[in-house]
Amino acid sequence: MRLEPIANPSLVRTLMPPALAIAATVVIASLLAMLAGANPFSVLGLIIKGAFGSKFALLETLNRATPLIFTGLAVAVAFRARLWNIGAEAQLYAGALVVAVMGAGLLDWPSALLLPFMAIAAMLAGALVLLVPALLKVRLGVDEVVTTLLINFIFLLFVSMLLEGPLKDPMGMGWPKSARMIDEARLPRIAEGLRLHWGFGLALIAAGITWVIGARTTLGYEMRAVGLNREAAEFAGIPVGRVLIKTALLSGGLAALAGYSEVAGLKGNLTLDLSPGFGYTGIIVAMLALLNPLGVIAAALFVAGIFVGADSMSRAASVPTYLADIMLATALLLMVVAILLTRFRVVRE
Amino acid sequence: MPDNTEAQVVLRLDQITKTFGAYTANDAVSLTLHKGEVISLLGENGAGKTTLMNILFGQYTADSGTVEVMGTALPPGNPRAALDAGVGMVHQHFTLAGNMTVLENVTLGTQSLLSLRQTHSAARARIAQLARDFKLSVDPGARVGTLTVGQRQRVEILKALYRDARILILDEPTAVLTPQETTDLFETLRKAVSLGLSIIFISHKLHEVMAISDRVVILRHGKVVHEGRASDTDRHDLAARMVGGEVAAPKAEPGTPGAPLLSLRGVSTPDKGAAPGLKSLDFTLHAGQITGLAGVSGNGQAALAALVGGVIRPASGSLSLDGADVVRWTPREAIHAGIARIPEDRHKTGTIADFDLTENAILETYKDVPFSRHGWMSWRAARDFAERIITGYDVRCPGPGTRIRLLSGGNMQKLILGRVMEGSPRIILANQPVRGLDIGAVNYVHSQLLAARDRGATVLLISEDLDEIMALSDVIHVISEGRLSPPFARGSMTPAELGIWMAGHGFEERAHAS
Repeated sequence: MRLEPIANPSLVRTLMPPALAIAATVVIASLLAMLAGANPFSVLGLIIKGAFGSKFALLETLNRATPLIFTGLAVAVAFRARLWNIGAEAQLYAGALVVAVMGAGLLDWPSALLLPFMAIAAMLAGALVLLVPALLKVRLGVDEVVTTLLINFIFLLFVSMLLEGPLKDPMGMGWPKSARMIDEARLPRIAEGLRLHWGFGLALIAAGITWVIGARTTLGYEMRAVGLNREAAEFAGIPVGRVLIKTALLSGGLAALAGYSEVAGLKGNLTLDLSPGFGYTGIIVAMLALLNPLGVIAAALFVAGIFVGADSMSRAASVPTYLADIMLATALLLMVVAILLTRFRVVRE
Repeated sequence: MPDNTEAQVVLRLDQITKTFGAYTANDAVSLTLHKGEVISLLGENGAGKTTLMNILFGQYTADSGTVEVMGTALPPGNPRAALDAGVGMVHQHFTLAGNMTVLENVTLGTQSLLSLRQTHSAARARIAQLARDFKLSVDPGARVGTLTVGQRQRVEILKALYRDARILILDEPTAVLTPQETTDLFETLRKAVSLGLSIIFISHKLHEVMAISDRVVILRHGKVVHEGRASDTDRHDLAARMVGGEVAAPKAEPGTPGAPLLSLRGVSTPDKGAAPGLKSLDFTLHAGQITGLAGVSGNGQAALAALVGGVIRPASGSLSLDGADVVRWTPREAIHAGIARIPEDRHKTGTIADFDLTENAILETYKDVPFSRHGWMSWRAARDFAERIITGYDVRCPGPGTRIRLLSGGNMQKLILGRVMEGSPRIILANQPVRGLDIGAVNYVHSQLLAARDRGATVLLISEDLDEIMALSDVIHVISEGRLSPPFARGSMTPAELGIWMAGHGFEERAHAS
């Protein structure tokens, strides 16, 4: 068997593989559920019900999707320009750190001033964290996959150090967490009594703005050109280095907003378990969305739904929640194969 | 010359058909090659030559039809079987490991992975024998990275011969050679034929085809449209059959030189790996003139093109445009100063394959009004521009929204031509502007360059094709190892004389004389 390129894939060929990838994921998950001794149909039913089956479940899914939209956008923006930002996790914590410090009484401002200010400060912090590897890449050719990945660990240890030291909440019964934030620094809920904060709305707006930047601005054009063919971009006079730096600033800023929205919207203070790998899961989200900012919303909802649904399923059906991780991993792998199949055809000898 | 009716048939392609989707690359192509025969395979780009050879070599599987070597059918889609049957292919782009020696490259893949004992001495003796038999002088101990292009090609041929190839396929072998190296290659090929090998020769250069081949097979739109003895035809006839009609090459009347536009004084650039940098170059481009830069590829042309195009800056020396210093300019400044740049590699540097025609059309000017204002793109203006190029330069495509990777090389080049010519440039940097194009597209590009010259622009034509240089240029320089020959006026030099300069001779004497 061999692969032959397809000149111009049809719409069906473009849309079929992702659909098949999801279908195959469901089949594999069912087999695993059977292996765990449960009825696969009831397990899948429980996951869907747990994710979207009730108002509570749906809101939980939307809450969980919020940071994933931000990190997904961060990764999508960077990957489009072939800047391999694996460090959304560190950028998220940078944003969270700034918010936790500023919002815990450091700035005694009204909400209308404090919330936007914190958002901008968080974005700057996240941008700064990615700026260093981006500069190293542009100036010295240092591989950003390595640097951004390693900065994740360094930054998490740095946050840990702060939470054990200067930022430790004196009222925290000895737990490594920062002091609670003032009410003015908290993102309001979208509606009274609804367990969904404005971070979600902000995520949707961010996705829209990111899409507009990509499709309608010279920066978006430059980013796509650099990503698709760096040599041709350089020859045409596109300042590749500067475009990569701008991309890094945008990507880091978007990832930091995940931290902003989690701390100011959901948690109210900073702990070391703020993110269960949202930065890494953002890579899955972006890949599932084919790096399309609007697709990121759908992909984030899908991924969040699986996590939330699997949580609730495991309580009811005593199948481990690890099933969610396996489902996402298979979905990603199958998606990569699926993308290949939209561009190539398998020829049997 | 063997008698085709009686000589042994070594290769028979029978009714080969291959389609890619709705596109038929080969349509019931049959071909017979005899022992000791040279067949030239001619055809425009996209005529199906490469597809046919890839099927023969087992890289593609034909939809129908059979390949027979020495009377036995080859299993489809198996390059190993083709190799074992004695088919050797010398690709246009060499497949050699630069950090290994000639000996290692030639024997690579012929030894079992499990055999620990390396039989170098036997291999060395065998290579020496082959080199003698076929007049392929090359040092087996030399590292391939240090060899010239001509020598590397000899290594490729040695590689095929070492594997006992009885049929040699050469894909545009002369594109990268000096006239002298081409003569040497032909001598090797004649030697091979006299020793009973058979050769399929793919080329665009009709006089070479006439010189080397016994029979000529012409493909057009995937079909064999002509097959006959080379002695029964002539170049003009072949060209007409290739395109399916009469071809008129644009007539290049001598131009009238005007004021100097761009001058380089004592310009040097550092060496880049195996590619030599420029060595204290002096040269001037005059308005209303085509300056041809002849030379074997990899002798500093890339550095000179990058320099004039604003992509790199010289280590020393000066560049001036209309007397103003432009040594530190960028591609954008070069474009705005009226330099049209037709890059050497239209796939890698000229276009972005997954961008559509609209996006590719504005690649150099997207930051200018009307394509964008204050950072906001105006796609409507971009699309209008792309449509203007499509009609003005006869770009055959479904529309401006088509991804450019789906276009043929000629249409891609026309889009690039339109993109750079629309601004009425004063300096045109044409780096290999017709490489790989079919005759129709070649004539089109050449007539555009001539028209621009007649408008008063200056053209710097960089080409490895000496015929092209001699046909178009008012002044010719030869570049070799980063050094530039003095200017030669149109018609003052024969190809052989230029070839001597291309091989690197003449420069030293000049240095002594001055």
